[in-house]
Amino acid sequence: MSKTSTTDFTVRVQAEDFDVLAETEILTKGRKDVGAIVTFTGLCRDEGGALEALELEHYPGMAEAQISKFAQQAVERWPLTGLTIIHRFGKIPPGDNIVLVIATSPHRRAAFEAADFLMDFLKTKAPFWKKEHLREASEGTWVEAKAADDADAARWDAPKTK
Amino acid sequence: MIPGPDPMKIRYFAWLRERTGTSEETIELPEGVKTTGDLMSWLAARDEGYAFAFEQPETIRIAVNQEHVEEDHVLSGTEEVAFFPPMTGG
Repeated sequence: MSKTSTTDFTVRVQAEDFDVLAETEILTKGRKDVGAIVTFTGLCRDEGGALEALELEHYPGMAEAQISKFAQQAVERWPLTGLTIIHRFGKIPPGDNIVLVIATSPHRRAAFEAADFLMDFLKTKAPFWKKEHLREASEGTWVEAKAADDADAARWDAPKTK
Repeated sequence: MIPGPDPMKIRYFAWLRERTGTSEETIELPEGVKTTGDLMSWLAARDEGYAFAFEQPETIRIAVNQEHVEEDHVLSGTEEVAFFPPMTGG
């Protein structure tokens, strides 16, 4: 078995907000081999004014481990120069950030695909659960998992031959 | 003296935590419980809250030692089991 070195990645699970520009700069500062940066930021939307806040529960330890497992798969599958994934937990009001994926690469395709892949797996395999708190309701309700998200994640299982 | 079975931590998340009224507990593997599926049946028989939490075991996701497993996973040597609904992160 030949041993190949893969790009390092950063995974953080935190209550605090993140700074997209500062995180992007970390992946590009001082290097000249980066030709593409894809950043995905997931925000809490207000559902037409109905939502007071989202509450994100997570499984500490397993959340970091699962995200790191998929980050490792991404750096092995695509030629990335950098990868950062941050997922927040706790109570998040509309307009605030929830999740960040930044993938950098010499060329755009790898960066787009890696970010897309990681978001599909964050939605279906990382142990986080969202509870919606509506303005007009005293009790929060757990968000149900969507079959479409599972279908999105399954796209990456198939061999990439067309 | 014969040592008893090793204690195992069980963790519950989201609506499983709310319905059982428990976020984590430590138990000794009960007699006759071999798999994660057996454990769900055993927990469901405990009281009304647990019965409600585990009323549809096929919808529940399971992790053993923080890795996803299925309901036929054998529990020997398990330190931590977690039960939770399908994940909704991202």
